[in-house]
Amino acid sequence: MKQHPKAISKPFWRVLVALSILASPAVFAQADFVGNWVGIYHEDNPERIPGPELGDYLGMPITPAARLAADSYDADRISIVPEYQCRPHGGDYMMRGLANMRVDEMLEPNSQLAMGLHLRMGFQEMERTIYLDGRERPGATAAHTFSGFTVGGWQGNMLNAYTTHLKMNYLRRNGLPRSDKATFTEHWVRHGEYLTVITTITDPVYLEEPLTRSQSWVRDDNQRLGRDFCEYVPELYKPGVVPNHLPGTNPFLHEVADWYGLPYEATRGGAETTYPEYRAKMVKPDKVPAKCERYCTCGENGGACNLFPPRR
Amino acid sequence: MKKIILAAAGFAAFVLTAQQQNFDNVQITVQPIRDHTYMLVGAGGNVTLQTGPEGLLMVDSEFAPMAAKLLAAAHKLSPGPLRYLINTHVHPDHIGGNDALARLSPRSPIEPLVIMAQENVLKRWPAAAAGAQPDFGAPISQYFTPFRDFRFNDEAVILYHEPNAHTDGDSVVLFRRSDVIATGDIFTPQGYPFIDLAQGGSVQGEINALGHILDLAVPGHTEEGGTYIVPGHGRLCDEADLVEYRDMIVIVRDRIQDLLKKGRNLEQVKAAKPTLDYDARFIEKDSFVTTDRFVEIMYKGLGGK
Repeated sequence: MKQHPKAISKPFWRVLVALSILASPAVFAQADFVGNWVGIYHEDNPERIPGPELGDYLGMPITPAARLAADSYDADRISIVPEYQCRPHGGDYMMRGLANMRVDEMLEPNSQLAMGLHLRMGFQEMERTIYLDGRERPGATAAHTFSGFTVGGWQGNMLNAYTTHLKMNYLRRNGLPRSDKATFTEHWVRHGEYLTVITTITDPVYLEEPLTRSQSWVRDDNQRLGRDFCEYVPELYKPGVVPNHLPGTNPFLHEVADWYGLPYEATRGGAETTYPEYRAKMVKPDKVPAKCERYCTCGENGGACNLFPPRR
Repeated sequence: MKKIILAAAGFAAFVLTAQQQNFDNVQITVQPIRDHTYMLVGAGGNVTLQTGPEGLLMVDSEFAPMAAKLLAAAHKLSPGPLRYLINTHVHPDHIGGNDALARLSPRSPIEPLVIMAQENVLKRWPAAAAGAQPDFGAPISQYFTPFRDFRFNDEAVILYHEPNAHTDGDSVVLFRRSDVIATGDIFTPQGYPFIDLAQGGSVQGEINALGHILDLAVPGHTEEGGTYIVPGHGRLCDEADLVEYRDMIVIVRDRIQDLLKKGRNLEQVKAAKPTLDYDARFIEKDSFVTTDRFVEIMYKGLGGK
């Protein structure tokens, strides 16, 4: 009589499956962030897509130093100083600028455990790595980068990350600076096809209090990021010239208050202005437009912004 | 006479800083840059080290008590003899180790130690300035031309004189194959620049020198890396860091120049806080150049009385 191999009993299979699950890295139910993601710009749309208004420091807990730096900022700097033209965003702003994202897993070849997540953005070919292998940070003498140096770790299903070694960059693209002494934490959370990244920036130079912002993404398996070359073009040759507004001379700082009917003092930012209590002491705006004229439909049902209303 | 007094005061401040410092526990941190180039950080100015089969090349020498530690750190990377020592300028935190390094290096007619700097460094060398014979570590190999180049360890090494910048004897050293630039104190990203007016430095010369370094540097992908820049003090940098620094000086210059045109005196200029947006970035508790000092330098450098 032919001998059949001894069948494995059902309970034993169950134990085997359970053990294999326990032995895999997925045992901690870590979310899978690998894949292609498209930014959803419903948060802070006018600031992120058409770009922030000059002098708009609303909701920003900035220091007087940051305010003066932004007041002095003249966008002509990009035309005259070509070194600024092809710059990527900093690692913090990278997550909220206009760019789609691909996340790849970096696997250690022998163990096949994740050493980190590698991020690539569709704009300026920005890249970041979130190391998950607990590696040591570079020392104080090491060069800083725009993306910074990020180490992450799991807290249940959430990925937490902390970034140091950043280069000088911006909090908003209207000249509000973020210094190279800043650091930031991130919390990556996935809900089905949606990803939310919460970023908290601490900057001893330009922030009175930490600045927390969130950005959301939706998964898109059909996306393929291509190249995005940047070639700088000097528009004027003025060696040694750095366009800037001397203190008290920037003529554009009242625009945002006047266009949107806001109290000028509130547009100047600062930690105090970010709290509800500030409403009690907030004065009335100097001007209130009769109807919305600018950026009225930004992000509304996918609608574009009315970018070019006549200046008053 | 006033200039001599100012120079003496500046020099005394450096010497005092060195004397007050206890070097016993200071270790050398080796920051690899690229290929066979390294940044050595201990006490005093940063040192750039190039190693290779022909021996060692150092840019600057920190303070005298650090010399043996510098050489030991270099020899851990490469066993060759110290063959070139270049001084970016004359301040004691960059030349203090010269004499000790020269004495620690065997005198060999086959592999001689060449100590090199722009000619104004030798003119202002502490012993020479005092009317004595220059010491063993003085940069006898001097140049007065706009640049000087030579090849060492199969690499072109080019010294550019940056006239009247941090001092009147500043050299910027380009390692052409490694794509590394040592700037001396023309660029100090951790703090405001010390433009030594008494030793021939000037505001415009400083801005011009930074502009020249920007011209020499070529960034890598996403506008970072590429040419690495070893500053006089502070961390390893690149073009993106240097342009921010240059722009800071230009913007502060523009503000103080405007206040001068309006007839403001030094106290009024200080009261206007023309560096407010940069102070928290460039001032630390032990900063050599305080806000007041920086404003004073800029004010006087722009013709303020």
